[in-house]
Amino acid sequence: MLRRWPAEPGPFALIARAGNTDRLHCLNAPAEAAGLARGMAAADARALCPGLITRPAAPEAEARFLAMLARWATRWCPWVGLEAPDGIVLDLTGAAHLHGGEAATLDRLRASLARGGITARLGLAGSRGAAWALAHYGTGTDVADGPLAPLPVEALRIDPDTAAGLRRMGLETLGQLMAQPRAPLARRFGPALITRLDQATGDRGEQISPLAEPPHDAVRLTLPEPIGLTDDLRGLTARLLERLCARLAAREAGARSLRLTLRRVDQSDTEVELRLASPMVDPARILPLFDRGIDAVDSGFGIDQLRLQATLVEPMPPRQLTQRGAGQNRARSAALDDLVTRIGNRIGLENVQRLLPADSHIPERAFLRAPFAWSEPAGGWSAPRPRPLRLFPPEPIEAATREPGPHPPHRFRWRRMRLTTLRATGPERIAPEWWLDDPDWRRGLRDYWRIETREGRRLWLYFTPQDPGWFAQGEFA
Amino acid sequence: MTDALPFPPRPGRMHEVSGPGATAFAAALAAALPGPVLWVAEGWRAEPLNPLGLALWFDPSRLLLAFARDRIEALAVTEEALRHGASRLVVTELSEAPDLTQGRRLQLAAGAGNSTSICLIPEGAGCNAAETRWDCKPLADTGVEDSTLAEWKLTKNKSGTLGGWHVRWSISAHRLDLVSPAAQRPGVAPLAR
Repeated sequence: MLRRWPAEPGPFALIARAGNTDRLHCLNAPAEAAGLARGMAAADARALCPGLITRPAAPEAEARFLAMLARWATRWCPWVGLEAPDGIVLDLTGAAHLHGGEAATLDRLRASLARGGITARLGLAGSRGAAWALAHYGTGTDVADGPLAPLPVEALRIDPDTAAGLRRMGLETLGQLMAQPRAPLARRFGPALITRLDQATGDRGEQISPLAEPPHDAVRLTLPEPIGLTDDLRGLTARLLERLCARLAAREAGARSLRLTLRRVDQSDTEVELRLASPMVDPARILPLFDRGIDAVDSGFGIDQLRLQATLVEPMPPRQLTQRGAGQNRARSAALDDLVTRIGNRIGLENVQRLLPADSHIPERAFLRAPFAWSEPAGGWSAPRPRPLRLFPPEPIEAATREPGPHPPHRFRWRRMRLTTLRATGPERIAPEWWLDDPDWRRGLRDYWRIETREGRRLWLYFTPQDPGWFAQGEFA
Repeated sequence: MTDALPFPPRPGRMHEVSGPGATAFAAALAAALPGPVLWVAEGWRAEPLNPLGLALWFDPSRLLLAFARDRIEALAVTEEALRHGASRLVVTELSEAPDLTQGRRLQLAAGAGNSTSICLIPEGAGCNAAETRWDCKPLADTGVEDSTLAEWKLTKNKSGTLGGWHVRWSISAHRLDLVSPAAQRPGVAPLAR
């Protein structure tokens, strides 16, 4: 957040909505100096400090940043977990000596955070609970044992009600609390308090669950000598694909989109993108789809590094194969997917579409066009009455003769053709969907007629009784 | 009129169809061939197919639509799909007939993938590379209501004779019926002009 508004010299705070009020979520040093505190109502804060600049908080962005920070923290030790919502916890056991001891680690950590513009509170202790207490309520620098005694009881990670209860009993600090007999405390406040106390003193162990390493869907290959032949490139791509596909298959995923980056000897990159019509992990099927992209590569003075990355990965659970004929069907649908991939990489995957039935009486809304790669086929095509093969936007027709009432004209002109009605079937009345405002349907009801002309053309005309006029909207076979 | 109707036309070849009944010709062919059907169109042409109408011929869920930016791209997509062969029939709607080179390329691609290529082209145009060229137009049917009677004229045929046929798609039987012209049909009065 501060990166976007970096230079706010005055008091600045982020506000978050909690329940019914806006409360201060985070604030900078000048705001704290002005007497504001976290959790204060935004209205009170503005009254106290009229110059306060506020912005809405972005919890998702903060969570993202915290994950990033946790990933950075793995440079200090391998065992890093999240302490929701605003902390990270590091298990320095066995790693501190690499940075010159525990105190030196803490100093260096603080220095590098400060260099990144991050104000952080640090605590280092023998147990997770004590470290939390030191970071939140202590000075943070005490490494020696037994620094917990002067800290307030809130430092135990207990809920506010319990803390208030302890204070009402006159127990203000952890030292006082630890001096009390345990059994009455457990009876009065439940076992959670004792657990927290033990965790703080280190009598009870507490796990740090490290963040899972995000899966890495890229492989690369560096060559001792640059290559330039298309066949070599294809062979190396096959090798990369095998490694990548094995990695994806191990976690039951399939690649939806791949990027092959080729580094030329003059340090310039060229990229080949491949978007697939369905998730795939079979290198033998993916490789031919790369052909078109590889053929178009300009290798310049030669290529000496290849990197293949699955930019979009989808889960692909194994499927049962025992159904009779399933193998053949799968081969056929696989061939179709390959075809769609080939076409889609030429004209765009979203321009290859399929038709799906939709639930509407309006002729032009009785079907949907959906991208083939992201939809499943659906059946159930049924029309109450014959429908034209082609639909076009309504075209007004000129009636040469006027029939009494809403009857189709005997002779009319359409697209500069003179047509004579041989047979008219209808009307079929279709009412507009009033819940959708469609400009084409502003003329109200439509009475559709199937018109067979003596000239051969079979048209779908409609009459709008609420605003008389004749239009052609489709043509039958 | 004595020849048998050469339908479906030879696979592995490119055929051209023109006239107002061309869509129905392609639909009848899609019904005659198994598997998915790829329908390539130039994206800017706004006369969309109506699947509810096509359902009288074949199951529209077999249909794959590809919208190309322009004519050249539509031809390229057609060639690629023909060569691939996953869809036995590729229908291409073109604003202009392919020229000799383009037609020949389609012909070779169709041969390589053993798929049938149908180009819907404007009337009065055509490419010399095409195996056959059909001119299709609907006919008025005095006898039957909601008929799909049409006249299919074969105006170019590289490996056979030319001819003209009157056909009707039987919606109930999902079959193409060959009918004799109106004047020779029993019990049907010729259309008074």
